[in-house]
Amino acid sequence: MSSRHDERLRSGRPNSGSHSQQTEEVSSPNAPLQGVALERELAGAPDREFTVAARSQWSMVARRFFRHKLAVVSLVVFVAVVLLAFVGGTLWHYNYQDLTGDYSVGPSAKHPFGTDSSSHDTFAQVLRGTQRSLEIALFVAVVATAVGTVYGSIAGFFRGWSDSVMMRIVDLFLTFPTIAVAAILGDQLGPRANGWLWIAVVLAALIWPYVSRVVRGVTLSIREKEYIEASRALGASNSRIIARHVVPNVIGPVIVTITILVAQAILAETALSFVGFGVKAPDTSLGLLVSVNQTAVQTRPWLFYFPGFFIIVIALSINFIGDGLRDALDPTQTRVRA
Amino acid sequence: MSAPYTDISTSRNLSHDRSNEDALLVIDNLSVGFPTEDGVVQAVRGVSYTLRPREVLGIVGESGSGKSVTSMAVMGLLPKSARVAGSVRFRNDELLGLSESALAKFRGERIAMIFQDPMSSLNPVYTVGWQIAEALRAHHEMSKETAMTRAVELLKTVGIPRAEERAHNYPHEFSGGMRQRAVIAIAMANDPDVIIADEPTTALDVTVQAQVLETLTTAREETGAAMVLITHDLGVVAGQADRVLVMYAGKPVEIGTVDEIFYTPRMPYTLGLLGSLPRLDSSDTERLTPIVGSPPSLINLPPGCPFAPRCPLRQPICDVEEPALRPTTSPSHVAACHFSDQLEGKAPADFFQATSADDVLPEDAQPSEQQIRDVRGEAAVEHLSGGDQS
Amino acid sequence: MLAYAIRRLLISIPIILISTFIVFLLVTYSGDPLANLRTKQPIPPPQVFAKYKHDFRLDQPVLERYWHWITGVVHGDFGPSVEGGGTLNIGHELGHRLIVSARLVIAAMIIAALLAVIVGVVSAMKQYSIPDYAFTFTGFLFLSMPVFWFAVLLKEGAIWLNTNAGTSLKTIGDTSPIVGPGAWAHFTDAVNHLVLPTIALAMTSYAAWSRFNRASMLEVLSSDYIRLARAKGLSRRRVLVRHALRTALIPFVTVTALDMAAILGATIITETVFQWRGMGTFLLDGIRNLDVYVVLAWLLVAALIVIVFNLIADLLYGVLDPRIRYE
Repeated sequence: MSSRHDERLRSGRPNSGSHSQQTEEVSSPNAPLQGVALERELAGAPDREFTVAARSQWSMVARRFFRHKLAVVSLVVFVAVVLLAFVGGTLWHYNYQDLTGDYSVGPSAKHPFGTDSSSHDTFAQVLRGTQRSLEIALFVAVVATAVGTVYGSIAGFFRGWSDSVMMRIVDLFLTFPTIAVAAILGDQLGPRANGWLWIAVVLAALIWPYVSRVVRGVTLSIREKEYIEASRALGASNSRIIARHVVPNVIGPVIVTITILVAQAILAETALSFVGFGVKAPDTSLGLLVSVNQTAVQTRPWLFYFPGFFIIVIALSINFIGDGLRDALDPTQTRVRA
Repeated sequence: MSAPYTDISTSRNLSHDRSNEDALLVIDNLSVGFPTEDGVVQAVRGVSYTLRPREVLGIVGESGSGKSVTSMAVMGLLPKSARVAGSVRFRNDELLGLSESALAKFRGERIAMIFQDPMSSLNPVYTVGWQIAEALRAHHEMSKETAMTRAVELLKTVGIPRAEERAHNYPHEFSGGMRQRAVIAIAMANDPDVIIADEPTTALDVTVQAQVLETLTTAREETGAAMVLITHDLGVVAGQADRVLVMYAGKPVEIGTVDEIFYTPRMPYTLGLLGSLPRLDSSDTERLTPIVGSPPSLINLPPGCPFAPRCPLRQPICDVEEPALRPTTSPSHVAACHFSDQLEGKAPADFFQATSADDVLPEDAQPSEQQIRDVRGEAAVEHLSGGDQS
Repeated sequence: MLAYAIRRLLISIPIILISTFIVFLLVTYSGDPLANLRTKQPIPPPQVFAKYKHDFRLDQPVLERYWHWITGVVHGDFGPSVEGGGTLNIGHELGHRLIVSARLVIAAMIIAALLAVIVGVVSAMKQYSIPDYAFTFTGFLFLSMPVFWFAVLLKEGAIWLNTNAGTSLKTIGDTSPIVGPGAWAHFTDAVNHLVLPTIALAMTSYAAWSRFNRASMLEVLSSDYIRLARAKGLSRRRVLVRHALRTALIPFVTVTALDMAAILGATIITETVFQWRGMGTFLLDGIRNLDVYVVLAWLLVAALIVIVFNLIADLLYGVLDPRIRYE
């Protein structure tokens, strides 16, 4: 009896402190439970305590995510678009800068998305633009999330005057429309070498305050939770509390925020390129393609619709993935979708 | 669901015995299930009871035994995903399956409800008086002024001092006890025939609990309503109820008068509950005898008596057949146990061990063969008190 | 509450000062304001450069320039502009364009808020029904659609309608250059020009707001006081409007205010597509022409709008939620 007890205590709490207390009961590995079930079976008694199979926390998250059909479809679509852009782009028989000699032709087997008036293959250009847009979005997501999470959790955890000062700085950032400030900086940085990277830096610099706000809010609320108080009473250090309790709990909202930001970063980049202060030719991005081709919408509609369609597909799939993750990471979500 | 766990005939007989004609509320074979990703949670598995005018019926049980869900089903307040079956009759009207607007005529007007948490029961953006007046105006043609005057009167009745001023306060300006009184005032507002009080004192301080219980009595006297008092506190039931219904795992396991339940319980679970109750009226230095283990999961409930794993009287038949409610000491005193005769004249300590179960994990708390033999046999030996040290 | 509002406004002053200073540095060091002049053909004589440097106070230290600028703004002088050879009065032009853009922003916000409330309520009430799924999907679609792309689409759709269905939707500009006589003609002309840009701008806010309202309605609908309201026997409509919606709208007020900066950003894009002479194009032209003081004036006004809207939202929150007290 006692050995089983100990085993449970030792190995049965790999996820303790992670964000669902509710799942703690079922997060222990199956081995000891099976032992009990076996014992009961031998005693001839039906199992009443555990009539539902035990699952680890992450398998429950995965289960809930895969129940969200749109999110699953979106994940597949998003992976397909990424592969198409980065792998397909290199395999395609045209480069985005190639002059094909076919001027303003509509979609065909040779040019699935047609060509523009300079005889560029639009498919190659869209793939290239998708690459750029994704690279920028990814950069923004990683940098803005890292900076925002660290900043927000410090502010939320230590509270007091440092929190006030830090949050007033965030307020300052939020006072100005992102697009306006990005346009001012993009005007100068866009034409430089590696202009897309500069655009990404500018967007990341303008978007991290949004992340820090979310993280600070979550951190503040976690701080007040009883289990933090309990571990403090047990003599846990600040760093241990942050590592064991704050970070695992913040991960959920942060992951969801990342997805929203990736979608927003894509839209911000395309908007910036559209007004002419983002990625500049000879490089290309989806926003730039739409901008260049907006006047062609009536005469050569393929030039306008395909890049726009790609923007929507990317942003939409990311948003749905985010929605699925939000559902999956919310431990209180147990209801069945009708 | 093939197990004959619902003995409808018993409850029907019961209601016939007590002149069904003047029955206010008849619940018949009510069952409620909630679909979840793991399967359907059978929160209520066939509840039948009858409430007569002016009667107070206490429903007791652990959390998750289905006592609140039962009353929510009566009021039609369950979420849409809930699967409700059976029958709920108020006088001659069937309430189950009624539309929201048809139900609204009964709610508040005929059957009123008081909820557990007074801190969140009142809408934070409206004044207390406004919310009482709203309840009045929902069922009666009256001017706002008349309704407000009546609301102030009601607040006075439930014992709110300076009611004229307090009526204009917002809920957050009230203490917990005062908010619960305001909720009681809302329940009283339309002179209902039935008041369902769902754990009305659980969220309150002990000193305030007594005052709120007194207010509930006032409300009953003023309106002449019958009451369903849901609680996990046997002490509350003892002081208020005429009859008691004990619930376990979504089913009534014993129904009887207060005296029958408290002095001649015929279901081991009831006996266990009584043994867990600290008594101030006894000078003995008796130890409390808790029921070890926890209630069963209500998903995929196996056949047999759901209390069997925690039961000191468990026999092989308990794992096979779920007992039906059967008359015991009197036709009105029914219990669901294969061995209810064996409880005659027994005290909780005769079956349950005085032990601290805190550090015993649920699966360890299974009574061993040895223990069961001990209980069945002669003297009870304190096995667990030694066992939990190891 | 008045005291609170005044105190809040006073606190805003240092925020405005700090943020404008940062913006001033940003704009000053973001590029060479003479770049356009240098590339001009033929190259202007050195006197022109000297005059420009003097007019734009490029010969002064940054702090001094900032001080000149901010004190000038207080007196209504927003500094010189390169536009029209330096004759453009930034304050005057800004005022005019502000009115043009305000029409668009206010119309779009009202429509977006109304739609978002209606859709949020319907979605929450009929959770997981076909209308809910449809609204959810369109919400996500608009959330994922670039404003400019949708705007161009709208414009093309309107042009198609104009040629094929005989409508006369205005697709370009904020007003027609020549309008028939009378105030009514001016009014209908302005409204006609407003239709398409308003739809474009409203949809971006609508998408996020309807999601928000749905979530907050769902939260409120599952609360204890809604259960009590139903137990009181109130009609479904009354529970929904007087209890659920009334409470769910409180946080929505804050959300609309917090989104103000984003709406101003989307306005820039919308005005570009529909070629409005509003605030948005004023900024973009300013950036293109390296018109430092135009950009500064724009950012100052944008910051003021955002700050004032947040203040209004805070005060409104206090009015709507009796639990909040401002001393």
